Amino acid sequence: MKRGTKISICNGRLVDPANGIDAECDLHIADGRIAAVGSAPAGFRADRTLDARGLVVCPGLVDLCARLREPGFEHKATIAGETAAAAAAGITTLCCPPDTQPVIDTPAVAQLVAQTAERHGQARVVPAGALTQGLGGEQISEMAALKHAGCPVMSHADRPIKNTLVQRRAMEYATTYGLTVFLRPEDKHLRDGGCVHEGRVATRLGLPGIPEAAETVALARDLALAEQTGAGIHFRCLSTGRATRMLAEAIQRGIRASADVSAHQLFLTEDDIGAFDSNCHVIPPLRTSEDRTALRAALARGDLAAVCSDHRPHEQDAKLAPFPATAPGISALETLLPLVLRLVAEQVLDLATAIARITVGPARILQLPVGQLDPGRVADVCVFDPDACWTPSASTLVSAGLNTPFLGQELKGQVAWTLLAGRVVFQRETT
Amino acid sequence: MTLSDIQLDGRGNLKHFLTIEGLSRELLTEILDQTEGFLGVAEQAVKKVPLCRGKIVANLFFETSTRTRTTFELAAKRLSADVLNLNIDTSATAKGETLLDTLRNLEAMHVDMFVVRHAVSGAAHFIAEHANPHISIINAGDGRHSHPTQGMLDMFTIRRHKGDFTDLCVAVVGDILHSRVARSQLLALNTLGAGEVRVIAPRTLIPTHMETLGVRVFHDLREGVRDADVIVMLRLQRERMRGAMLPSEHEYFQLFGLTEERLSTAKPDAIVMHPGPINRGVEMASQVADGRRSVILEQVSNGIAVRMAVMSMCIGTQNLHAQEETRG
Repeated sequence: MKRGTKISICNGRLVDPANGIDAECDLHIADGRIAAVGSAPAGFRADRTLDARGLVVCPGLVDLCARLREPGFEHKATIAGETAAAAAAGITTLCCPPDTQPVIDTPAVAQLVAQTAERHGQARVVPAGALTQGLGGEQISEMAALKHAGCPVMSHADRPIKNTLVQRRAMEYATTYGLTVFLRPEDKHLRDGGCVHEGRVATRLGLPGIPEAAETVALARDLALAEQTGAGIHFRCLSTGRATRMLAEAIQRGIRASADVSAHQLFLTEDDIGAFDSNCHVIPPLRTSEDRTALRAALARGDLAAVCSDHRPHEQDAKLAPFPATAPGISALETLLPLVLRLVAEQVLDLATAIARITVGPARILQLPVGQLDPGRVADVCVFDPDACWTPSASTLVSAGLNTPFLGQELKGQVAWTLLAGRVVFQRETT
Repeated sequence: MTLSDIQLDGRGNLKHFLTIEGLSRELLTEILDQTEGFLGVAEQAVKKVPLCRGKIVANLFFETSTRTRTTFELAAKRLSADVLNLNIDTSATAKGETLLDTLRNLEAMHVDMFVVRHAVSGAAHFIAEHANPHISIINAGDGRHSHPTQGMLDMFTIRRHKGDFTDLCVAVVGDILHSRVARSQLLALNTLGAGEVRVIAPRTLIPTHMETLGVRVFHDLREGVRDADVIVMLRLQRERMRGAMLPSEHEYFQLFGLTEERLSTAKPDAIVMHPGPINRGVEMASQVADGRRSVILEQVSNGIAVRMAVMSMCIGTQNLHAQEETRG
């Protein structure tokens, strides 16, 4: 289909939280952009009409953290494969952390990632630049060049910066160029090689624990530095209730902080580890049901502005070892939307808020003009059936990673069409 | 799935022995009763029974051990099994072989039972999940998680001296946090209905949510052993000093070392146990280790009988299934 194709999406329920729209409303697309919402512009003749009766039409999903494994870990997954999975999941923009190999600390690697994605044309990939060279935590990276090469944010992936002075300088330097800093708060010493939440399950199974303080101590440090430097800071994948309360208080004081949570943290707890289920080996670890309740509340309030997939596809062998020796992470692109919809079913969020947390919420954190559908915007659109049930399995998942604890569990909510810049990049085969 | 599902067959027979968790009081009692029967074998002129004749038992030790490996070896030999000792430590894994590869290679040698020790919690469980279903797995210690034969030999020793568990007060002293022995003991004691189970250690050596394991926590040795019937001392690993868990062996012995004097608040007929090897002058004074209340060496002999009981029960379950397959 050519870029100039005109498409109308008709009879669907349009949910566009950024513009306050939740109504049965048609959407018209021309030249890769939204041409009109509601009635078609005069003289508009669609080349193709998608009948979205009974379906929800919303902005294409924006995912703040998805590892595509390329370059460096192609035995786990590739950009081509994972962006295809993203398209099948309704995700049109995804931010990949810089812990590839080589690390995304030079314009060349950043461009390699973005251009490889562009060539395959399934989803827009924006690389997060490495905050320090090689993610070594010592020498800050060439952030201005990285920004110029298309990195909208700087990140330190999963590697805590031990030297607080380096952290401060990195934040200050990033702020010079208007770059938000992405950090996952973790105190390396307090983590001490832990692999599960330090709580009942760790005690029972004799697994090394990660205390709540591993998150809150680092969060407190980084908030203090953000306050000192005036830097914009975004915390990835909060896992504890106490961290959400600290964050809320900091936001109230005017610190430029935001945060997200991974979808699985809103459902799973330490108890799901059961009998050493390595698919529940994630970092940060699954916490308690009290933490889960607090995370849900913070998401509803908006202190957590986004839900991310924290997608980490693995080859089968990575999970075939005794629990602590397995690689952490969940293959999560394709469960993002169904899990967020489950929050609606469980009355944690209304549909518009739920969609906001996976569209305009993360888009604003990335400072990208996506995640909304007003005329003139790039036409990234997700059309999904909120009532369709499906079960993640080797045959239904597109991602190379089958490492998900939701494997074999029925989920509700399935993407019918995904449009990237006005092009249909995914359509479900009707059987 | 619970931890225990995998170690029992559909009828509740012991197929693997991985953890005490989830096993019934009846099954634990059966293990203890069977152990009584095997105790006599060591006193016979011919120290062998033919229960596992023609079976191959592989001791798969990814972590070094002398005592546990030797007692498992003796137990298997007294059951007339053929024994393979494999000290794998890190050599195979250093060459890039995964645990699963190692396992597949040994399966190809038609082994009937693996006795597994591994430094990582969950290793025995992982092997049981992935091994050929005809092979039984006995956990000889996985990380901090479980050491069920040690737990059962301790229960056996207690029962021999004290009879019923109901009115007993048992105190476990030392590094609970890192101890797979303690976890197995606490589970077994609670399953067998012990009256009161206590743990005694400084806060750095007690994991969080300890009370969920059904114990009372003490930080004072004298208080903790008061009126106890059984005192179990745990081995203190030297590397704990490096991890800022403890200031020094000296201070540990000063506060948590068991001496004759401190023992005086326990019941007059209290017994003292230790899984070995003992650090004399760190966990306990030599007078206590060698004293009249110490049953430490008896634990070692009992260890062989308990391991015979567990191994023969698992092989018995295998035989049952094999018979049914040929009939069916």
